[in-house]
Order: sequence, then C-alpha cells, then structure tokens
Amino acid sequence: MSIRQAPSLSTRNRKSAMAQQPETRINATTPRLDVAHLAKSYGSGEKSHAVIEDLTFTVDAGEVVCIVGPSGVGKTTLLKCLAGLHPASSGRAAIDGRPISGPPREMALVFQDYNRSLMPWLTVRKNLVLPLRHLKLPAAELKERCDSALAAVGLSHADNQYSWQLSGGMQQRVAIARALAYRPEILIMDEPFASVDAQTRFDLEDLCLKIRKDFNMTILVVTHDIDEAVYLADRVVVLGSKPARVLKIVGVDLPAPRDQITTRSLPEFARQRTEVLSLIKRPV
Amino acid sequence: MRNWLIGAGAPVLLLVAWWFLSESSLDPFFPPLRTIVGRFQELWLFEHFQSDVLLSLGNLFLGFAIAAFAGIAIGFVTALVPPVRWMVDPLIHFLRGIPPVALVPIFISLIGFGTQMRVTSIALAALFPTMIATVDGIRGVGNDLMDVARVYRLTRRERVLNILLPAAAPQIFSGLQVSLQVAFIVMIASEMLGSSQGIGAMTLLAQQSFMTADMWAGILLLGVIGFLVNVLFSLLRRKVLSWYIGSRRMARAA
Ligand SMILES: Nc1ncnc2c1ncn2[C@@H]1O[C@H](COP(=O)(O)OP(=O)(O)OP(=O)(O)O)[C@@H](O)[C@H]1O
Ligand SMILES: [Mg+2]
Repeated sequence: MSIRQAPSLSTRNRKSAMAQQPETRINATTPRLDVAHLAKSYGSGEKSHAVIEDLTFTVDAGEVVCIVGPSGVGKTTLLKCLAGLHPASSGRAAIDGRPISGPPREMALVFQDYNRSLMPWLTVRKNLVLPLRHLKLPAAELKERCDSALAAVGLSHADNQYSWQLSGGMQQRVAIARALAYRPEILIMDEPFASVDAQTRFDLEDLCLKIRKDFNMTILVVTHDIDEAVYLADRVVVLGSKPARVLKIVGVDLPAPRDQITTRSLPEFARQRTEVLSLIKRPV
Repeated sequence: MRNWLIGAGAPVLLLVAWWFLSESSLDPFFPPLRTIVGRFQELWLFEHFQSDVLLSLGNLFLGFAIAAFAGIAIGFVTALVPPVRWMVDPLIHFLRGIPPVALVPIFISLIGFGTQMRVTSIALAALFPTMIATVDGIRGVGNDLMDVARVYRLTRRERVLNILLPAAAPQIFSGLQVSLQVAFIVMIASEMLGSSQGIGAMTLLAQQSFMTADMWAGILLLGVIGFLVNVLFSLLRRKVLSWYIGSRRMARAA
C-alpha cells in the first residue's frame, strides 16, 4: 500500500522534505485549525437544543489529532462545523487564522455515513473524479491521482464497479480514496475505519501516518477505538457529554515512526491508552 | 426471462382467442378478426401510413419531447428558485390530487385546428406529471449528497447536472411515464375532436360511417402503437437507470 507522489507538485515535495524532521513545524505560532469556545445548537427558538456549548482546541500543521467521545456527544456536528457545512452558533473556528464561513478549499471530509456519501450512479473511479473535474487537471495527473488513491486503499481492482456492489468496508475505503485523490492539506475523517476488517484497519492507519509524512497533511480523525486514537495521534482530544466539552487533551509521546506491533507493545502505549480510557469511563 | 415470456405470451393468447371466437361472427358490431386484420392491412399498410400514422406519431413524439424537456426544466427552476417555488407550489398541491388524465378535457377544449395547436395541447397536458415528479425528486435528494457536493466545492452547474439530475432521475422517469400516457391520450383525443387527419380522426370517422371493421382496425393500431411506445420507453429507462435498478435489486437481495 502506498501513495506515490506526483512529481509535478513541487510544493508538496518541499513540504514533505520538511516533514522528515517533525521538530521543524512550518509555523509554530498560528495553529492550522483553531477552535475556540465553539458552540452549536440545532433548531431555533423554543425547539433549539445545544449540542456543543464550549469547545476549545487547536490542531497544528502536520499534526494528527484524534477525537474520542461517547456516541451522540456531537463529534459529527463538530466536524461539520469545521468543514463549513453548518455555521457555528457562537465562538470561532478558523483555518490559519481565517474564520471558516463555508467549505474551505484546502479541506476534505470523509463522512461517517459513507454509503450515503457516495454517488450510486457513478462507478468507483468516477466517484473519485467528480470532485476533481472543476480543478481542470491534465488527464495524466487526473488518472495518476485516482490510480494512486485507489491503490492506497487496496481497491485498484474495483474501479469499474458501482459503490452499491461493494461491501460496507469497501465503500468506506472508496470514500477515503475520494478524499485522498482530492489531495487536501487538511483531512478530516469521521469514524473512517469503523466497518473495515482488522487487517485493513491497520493498513489504513499506517496509510494515514504515511500521507501525513509524505504530504505534511494535517489530519483530524474521530474514532471510537481508543487504541487507534493513541496509535495514530500526536494528541487525543477526549470529549465528554452533555453538552460536549473537552475533558482533556492528552499528548501522546510515542516514538516515530510508529509500528503496529512494536508501538502497541510499548509500556508507554498501555499507559496512554489507560489514561484515555479512564477519562471516558469515569467522566470527571 | 420467464416474466418476459408471460408478458409477450398473454397478448398473443388473447389475439388467438379473439381470432377463433370471432371467426363466424355475424354481429355487425363485432366483425371477425380476420376481416379487421384485412382492413388493417389495406388501411394502414400503407395507404394511410404516411398521411395519418406518421402524422399522429410525429405529433405524439414532438409533444412529448417538448413536455419532457420543459417539465424537467421548469421542475428544476421550481425546486431551486424560492420565489418561483412560492408561486408554483399551490398549483402543484392542487394538481397533485387530480389524476393527470382528468385534466385532459381542459386541454382538449384548448385544441383548435391545425397541427401546431394539437402539439401544443399534447405538450401542455403532458408537462405536469413530469414537472411535479421532478420537483419531488429534487426535494428528495439526500442532504448527505449535497454536503459532499459542498465539501468538494462542486460548481453550481456540476451540482445540478451531476448530482441533482441523476439523483432525481428515478422519480423523473416515473413522471415521464405518466406524461407519455397522457400525451398518447391527448393525441388521440385531439384528432378525434379537431382534425380530419390522423389515426384518431380515421377511427372516429369509421365509427360514424358504420364501418366497424375499419374502426376496430384503428383501435388495433392504437393498441399496437401504445404497446410499442411503452416498450421503447422501458428500454430507455432500463438503460439510463441501470444503476438504480441494479442497486434496488441488490438492496432487496440483502
Ligand atoms: N441536523 C440535525 N438537526 C438536529 N439535531 C441534530 C442534527 N444532527 C445531529 N443532531 C443531534 O445532535 C446530537 C449529536 O449528534 P452527532 O451526530 O454530532 O453525534 P456523534 O458524536 O457524531 O455521535 P456518533 O458517535 O454516534 O456518530 C445528537 O443528539 C443528534 O440527535
Ligand atoms: Mg458521528
């Protein structure tokens, strides 16, 4: 599994060269994503109910941040605010200091409802192509992007099938491939590995770390799997209910590069996952 | 395959039954099928083929094509432009409760003389089922798909042509099917009422001059045309909506 780099993208190469040394962040002062006192309620007037009341956290450029929290706490709502799909009720969400007022150009979102986010009338490959059409890429680059994204999620063989002909896990990977082919600078994923098998899940987690390294991508992942959060993340944002609030932001100090077997067997890994788990088990 | 056999077999069986049961009929109103088929050949193949059959078919297709195109276009504008929606919505609510065929008399009363008027009334009558289905289809498009379109910053044109149109296509096709039936009915009616040419006019004329075999031949021809037009439409639908038919089958199997 690999994502090859497009040779034409010289800026990407430069960024990835910088990402080789994780210490040198491009801009250490302005966070890539800045969420401050964010609140979101659905509905208006009498029927309005607050889902998020006061959330604050940041994501730095090139960082992988995982969000964990109980079901229904408002994680999807948060991501939709960040993706500019819902306006925040109050507080602020910003990219590079710019308030988010609509879907930002540099961002891709992998939706939780993967089967409802794919176009059933398009084949897998055409699903990947649709968001790229208005970029007017040269045909060779378009093909290269789709090929490498499909290869990365292990679906090269399925590119001519319709999404409804695929299993749930495969559909989920198509949704991920669509985001990869878009080559966003910020990738946001809502429980992206929930229906894939264990082996594929490990592969996709490692893919996630690899694209962060290769493209210096900033990645925000919502997950229910605490081990996955600790394995992937530089920091884990633990949310508590209700309304949603940040219980704690746990910094993960695990050595890079991470490896499914050695990293997960480190005593440090066990300690960190216990910390996250106890926060979720007994919300303080 | 079996369904197809039954589908084709039943009408054939009926025709065979009609043939033998009417063989020795002396009833002037029910002449033997043999006589009808004879008149059918003489009349429609090919004496009046060009002057009447082609004329009727041309009106039907032109009227239907205009209705389909305009119905989809107006449906889109209605669903997507709020001021238009506010104006058209009451009309839609009113029309929804009325079976499309019940509107036919309105359009028949509009029919004047001349081909143009006939095509216009066919198009007008057939417009509404497609238009209403298009509006419903677009409103039914899931929020998730539109969210995807927004996140990936699809252009307005792409949202209309590459998301809304295909997503609403199954509903639009149901509307088109009804429009086609209405167009067919109005075509016949318009010829019976305001014309001396066309299959409908010929058939009515035969009835009024007590040429029952000719009348039955006309009805037979209308039946055959109706059947063929529906077959063509189904083929088109199966081609355009193959993804939808396939996914439905998949969902049922699961
Ligand atoms: N469009 C909406 N309108 C009104 N209420 C909504 C809407 N979307 C979500 N909610 C409500 O907001 C709350 C949080 O939902 P959300 O989907 O954000 O939770 P979640 O943390 O993603 O849950 P899960 O882990 O199960 O995916 C729920 O109570 C839900 O009912
Ligand atoms: Mg969710």
